[in-house]
Amino acid sequence: MNTTKKTREPLFHLIKRTNVPMWQAWLVRGVTVLAAFLLIGLMSFISLKINPFKVYSYMIKGAFGDSYRIMRLLRDLAILLLFALAVTPAFKMKFWNIGAEGQVLMGAYACMFCIFNLGGKINDTLLIFISLAAALVAGSIWAVIPALFKAKWNTNETLFTLMMNYVAIQIILYTIKIWVPGGTGVLTPTVYGNLPKIAGDNFWLSIIAALVMTAIMFVYLRFSKHGYEITVVGESENTARYIGINVKKVIIRTLLLSGLICGITGFLLVAGINHTVSSTTAGGRGFTAILVSWLAKFNPIFMIFTSFLVVFLAKGTDEVMTMSGITNSFFSQVVTGVMFLMIIGCEFFINYRVVFSRHIKKATVVAAVPVTEESAAAETLEAPVNDTQADASEKEDNV
Amino acid sequence: MIVTFLSGAIRLSATFLYGSTGEIITEKAGHLNLGIPGVMSVGAAAGCLSVYYLLKAKIYSSLLLILLPFLTTIVAGGLMGLLYSFLTVSLRANQNVTGLALTTLGVGLAGYLMNRVKAEIMIIGKASQFYSTLFSIDSDNWFVQIFLSHGILVYLAIIIAIVAQVILNRTRLGLHLRAVGESPATADAAGINVTGYKYVATIVGSAIAALGGLFTIMDYMGGNWEYILEGFGWLSIALVIFTLWRPALSIFGSIIFGGLYIAAGYINGITFAQIELIKLLPYAMTIVVLIATSILGSKKAQPPASLGLNYFREER
Repeated sequence: MNTTKKTREPLFHLIKRTNVPMWQAWLVRGVTVLAAFLLIGLMSFISLKINPFKVYSYMIKGAFGDSYRIMRLLRDLAILLLFALAVTPAFKMKFWNIGAEGQVLMGAYACMFCIFNLGGKINDTLLIFISLAAALVAGSIWAVIPALFKAKWNTNETLFTLMMNYVAIQIILYTIKIWVPGGTGVLTPTVYGNLPKIAGDNFWLSIIAALVMTAIMFVYLRFSKHGYEITVVGESENTARYIGINVKKVIIRTLLLSGLICGITGFLLVAGINHTVSSTTAGGRGFTAILVSWLAKFNPIFMIFTSFLVVFLAKGTDEVMTMSGITNSFFSQVVTGVMFLMIIGCEFFINYRVVFSRHIKKATVVAAVPVTEESAAAETLEAPVNDTQADASEKEDNV
Repeated sequence: MIVTFLSGAIRLSATFLYGSTGEIITEKAGHLNLGIPGVMSVGAAAGCLSVYYLLKAKIYSSLLLILLPFLTTIVAGGLMGLLYSFLTVSLRANQNVTGLALTTLGVGLAGYLMNRVKAEIMIIGKASQFYSTLFSIDSDNWFVQIFLSHGILVYLAIIIAIVAQVILNRTRLGLHLRAVGESPATADAAGINVTGYKYVATIVGSAIAALGGLFTIMDYMGGNWEYILEGFGWLSIALVIFTLWRPALSIFGSIIFGGLYIAAGYINGITFAQIELIKLLPYAMTIVVLIATSILGSKKAQPPASLGLNYFREER
């Protein structure tokens, strides 16, 4: 085989792993998170000249320092979790809805719209229910529009939902400038339509709502027929069609669900927490939630931990910054970005393994098969069955 | 007044033109880089910081003050592109997630770095005049005022867009790049180095987009750092769709976006609320174009077929 000598051997090639044990996958992720924390400590040390150990103690203090901080942590955790729950069913279906930001904003806007126009004119309890209904409708309209076009004409949903975010932001900016003419552009918190406080705090309702929704979403995705259909559509639309699933219906129904959760989130943000609305009510969490949901492998229970990680990082680095006399949140953005990128990168080592060519050659010598890239790949795939020696040499080099 | 309006629209258009040309090149290789806002921010910050350190070292050479920020911006943007392509091409990470993380990192990093030198930021303004006055002709003639009164970076944006258009549609290089974006498996079988094309397209695209950040701060803002680049980055991504993945069309599209952005200042008796409605228009128009192209199903107006999907040779 003279021709094979001339073909350049790639240094290594990749094989997709199947059936990676869950503990192994989470071990890799855990180690990556630890490595990221080390890197973050190092970064703080280099740029702020703080003792790395102090950085971590500041971070823990910033997150859990006192009951006020813990409440803030839980509140932000709950809200981020709700955002993540909203995007998850769509993502599981491989519908890249990056418009949770806009969907929540529209929910919050609709809620505020009712409160602004009806506040004081009708019974407050009735107002709460009306504003909840409005928020649900607005959130789901904002989510279903891209879904309709995706289902009917296969319009690119990533770009569509992205644009819808900014339409929502502009609508809010427009309305606020009408509501607050000539002023600061800030709508003062309203006294009407506020959700009741529980145990003296107005955060508890959001926290309870997030927990309940997490449980419902877990069951819905794992045990319901709808959840099964979502998974099948996500794996392969053709398979879904073949076994008689109405793909269009599933897409629209799932996005309706996303929109409803966004509506609830917007409602909680206005009626439960902020009592006002602004273009930053969602605060970029619609985007962060995508990362949160993806890191948790779209599992609602795991999302509690990934949201916690994000909120902890934000609260922790804010404390580090305050201690260094800096009062902006840019560093916490940097830290979050670093953490995300490292975890995103580590997924590769869970999903693929690198096989170096040196060992492919060895394997093929044993099997006496001409070396071409394709045959080598086929060889390594078949190795466990017919060639234990090659298999053993490969395993040494798994990365 | 119409003259100053058009002149202003063309001037601001450079921001969107850089961003969208860069993103088009990246998307033609099949990669949706949602990290463009981060790339633009980091690029601008790198350029500003290099000016800052030049002036701090008391070096006032106008050549250096133009060249060095230009180069650092390109390098910084390229590095962001390298990070993105390493994660999405080599490590096959999800493109949407990686892009969003890159935006978070980039916007944060730029803000953090610029915030640290905030006190001295004003001196960068002095250097910015080199960018806005070089090749700029001062005249009362309306034609000159509209088209020739801009800084060097405005002309460069248009040149880059035209070159990109020609390369994409008229050369073998462009044909290969489009093949990679449409069907990487086919391109691979035809002997095209898919990984290489994806890397180069993403890095070059990010470097070009980063120049948009540099222009915005050094020319449009007159050297004053403002946290406006994230919004401009998203508008640039919108422009890619609006102009159907064609850099030459982007030249006109970006002028429309630029015009809409500054229009409020030229309309008598406009209320603050109406300004926000005008700013809504670029996004609404983009949605209309996106819907229209998908309904019409014209093959020439579609996103690259493998946009957003990573290529793994051994996947069946």
